[in-house]
Amino acid sequence: MTGDETLLAVSELSVTLRGRPVLSELSFEVGRRELIGLIGANGAGKTTLMRACLGLIPYQGRSSLADLPPQDRSRRAAWMPQAREIAWPVTVETLVMLGRIPHLGPRQRASETDRLAVYHALKEMGLEAFRQRTATRLSGGEQARALLARAMAQDTPLLLADEPIAGLDPAHQIATMQSFARLAEAGRSVIVSLHDLGLAARHCTRLIVLDAGGIVADGAPDTVLTPSLIRDVFGITAWFEHTDQGPVFQPLEVLE
Amino acid sequence: MRGRVFFSGLILAVLVLFTVSLVIGPAQIGPMESLRSLIAGDGGPLTLVMREIRLPRALLALLVGGSLGLAGAAMQGYLRNPLADPGLIGVSGSAALGAVLAIQTGFAAGFALGLPLAALAGALAGVFVVLALAGPRGTSLTLILAGIAISSLTGALISLVLNLSPNPFAANEIVFWMMGSLADRSMTHVWIALPFALLGAVLLASLRRGLDALTLGEDSAAAMGIGLSRLRLTLVFGTACVIGASTAVAGSIGFVGLVVPHILRRWVDARPGRLLGASALGGAAMVLAADIAVRIVVPSKDLKLGVLTALVGAPLFLHMIYRTRREGL
Amino acid sequence: MAVAGEDPARPARVVSLNLCTDQLAMMLAGDGQLLSVSHLAYDPRSSAMAEDARGYHKNHELAEEIYLLDPGLVLAGRYSDRATVSMLKRLGIPVAVFDPAYSLDDVRARITEMGAALRQQERAAAMLRDFDTRLADLQAEVTRRPRTAIYHANGYTTGDRTLSGQILLAAGLANVASEAGLSSGGVMPLEVLALAAPEALVTGTPYPGASRSEEILDHPVVETLRHTLPGTRIADHDWLCGTPYVLRAIEDIAALRRRIEQEGQ
Repeated sequence: MTGDETLLAVSELSVTLRGRPVLSELSFEVGRRELIGLIGANGAGKTTLMRACLGLIPYQGRSSLADLPPQDRSRRAAWMPQAREIAWPVTVETLVMLGRIPHLGPRQRASETDRLAVYHALKEMGLEAFRQRTATRLSGGEQARALLARAMAQDTPLLLADEPIAGLDPAHQIATMQSFARLAEAGRSVIVSLHDLGLAARHCTRLIVLDAGGIVADGAPDTVLTPSLIRDVFGITAWFEHTDQGPVFQPLEVLE
Repeated sequence: MRGRVFFSGLILAVLVLFTVSLVIGPAQIGPMESLRSLIAGDGGPLTLVMREIRLPRALLALLVGGSLGLAGAAMQGYLRNPLADPGLIGVSGSAALGAVLAIQTGFAAGFALGLPLAALAGALAGVFVVLALAGPRGTSLTLILAGIAISSLTGALISLVLNLSPNPFAANEIVFWMMGSLADRSMTHVWIALPFALLGAVLLASLRRGLDALTLGEDSAAAMGIGLSRLRLTLVFGTACVIGASTAVAGSIGFVGLVVPHILRRWVDARPGRLLGASALGGAAMVLAADIAVRIVVPSKDLKLGVLTALVGAPLFLHMIYRTRREGL
Repeated sequence: MAVAGEDPARPARVVSLNLCTDQLAMMLAGDGQLLSVSHLAYDPRSSAMAEDARGYHKNHELAEEIYLLDPGLVLAGRYSDRATVSMLKRLGIPVAVFDPAYSLDDVRARITEMGAALRQQERAAAMLRDFDTRLADLQAEVTRRPRTAIYHANGYTTGDRTLSGQILLAAGLANVASEAGLSSGGVMPLEVLALAAPEALVTGTPYPGASRSEEILDHPVVETLRHTLPGTRIADHDWLCGTPYVLRAIEDIAALRRRIEQEGQ
């Protein structure tokens, strides 16, 4: 049973895709007020891990979320996949309202609560002015924000987002990480996969590093982003200091 | 608010067209007189005409059109592709093949629901093959190619079966099965089609939320608690039910499931769920209008409904293909 | 009619390609003169002489098989396959083309023409005398012509300017198709049929195997008329061709007329 303070408990989770082991025996827990950066090189299994946690792909082991009936799970965790798919020319508001589907009964219409959740999500992502715009005609970055707002409107204790800031301009990258931080401060938790270690170091409360199908490090950015880990996992050197303006992480050179 | 006005307008259009359909026919009868004899019923030839000829025809136009519009909207919502029309992707054709086989083997004469059941089985096979070929998100190319292949195959098989029939009329009926008509149908046809059309409509209507969620892709929909394998199953059976029922009694009528959702999409803010009901109404209006038109244009001949729907639908289809190409498929 | 090729002698090895010329030829040809008839002549549904046809070679109206039969004369209908007929003509085979019969006078004319084509004028003349006698017996004086509808698959009906219409008239009935402006025949919509309120209904006989075209004959409107009105089914083999067998069709319809009058009393 998932306690109030544990939003996700994963133990000995393994995934094999097309006969190839992708993840093997991972274990971790996610509590409240966490902004977890999921980092690792390309193909390390970040997307696979998040999808397996949600039970969207076959896996071995245990995930407290995947164990739930789909309807219950959808009220505990929201998911923003990396593929930014918007099939129909709906308005941004309608798009975000789709996030309320798990909260509606079969024939129930959107209530004031639903509209409020949509309003907050739009505001959080700075999309108030885009409400009536057609989502498919927005730029890639704007679409990403709209889809993130959609996931936020689902109003779940846990949010999983797959590279949500890829393709955003610097201002919106920072703003998005700050939104996640606010969610965490408000008592929720966010798991976000990303490649920008600078933003990860600066905003995340915790980093989980994936390499070769396993978790090689899990903890606060300070303790995780050691020169040896950076070297072994990413094959680069980096500069990482706590400054007056917070932690600064700057990748430097590729190691031969 | 806008939505309510829009749906009221659609319902009104369907009601008006239904009434017009009742008062139009080769026998010149005054509109008031014909409606009176439909309702009052004096047992005379006029009542016979109204109750046994025009009423079933109007009811079938309603039922067939609603089925085609609904199935088109549902298939498009599921495949997330505006080119998915049950006629174009070969589902109607395979339903027609099932119906033809049932008629020619005597299965249809054997028991009352033999014909729609066989058409349903044919449609089921068609939907299954299309979904298998098109994959989870049908690209336009695979859909169109699958449609061409299935339509050609079923068309050839229908021709073969009808040409092998000992009945000299059978061979000339290829046109009916390919283009569809509502001429000379009776209440019997209404009764055999209605249960399957209703069952299919209930199944497809239950997909509203799921299709809405699919706007964001399969992964997001699944994460929002939508059971995708159940949704797929419901879609396949629901589509087969409505297309099987309508094809069994009216032949295959193309393009309704393409044109109607395309026109109505903007009025429902492109939401696939709301488009279901709107397309069912719009489809009913389109087939009623087409069936009125064939009786006005050439009253003495049985002009096929598919001729009119194709005249409207094919140019639109070409336009949509052109646009799809510009957008890089 | 047109006879290609001039041969004063009576033609031998005659091959017929058309259901109607098949039957006239079987009736008029001399022993051994007729070689082959079309496959339709073997079908008891459409042919009044299916039994007789067994005595002849069966052809399928294909130029190649006809040519190999080495015919002295080919009998074809106006609507026989044009490609076949013109190819046979090009190959130098005499072809006699017969128009369909639309009236009883046409039937007489076809008998005469067939007699001429086969050089069997005396047999033809004897047949005509017999035909005229029997027809005169059938054409009783009628004071009232009950209005009758002929209804076929696809809602097709035949009016006064068709052989079926003439059969109806000769038997003392009136045809509602002509009232509806379809004297040459055409589609009479179900509702026009219902509102025409005929006094008798003559319908086609369904063919084996099923077809949607024939479903109309089981439509509730037709069913209602069939149950409430005197009527009969058309026996195609007597109605399709302009041969003396139309007299049998007239007899059948005359019997229907007597039933109408009995029920009317």
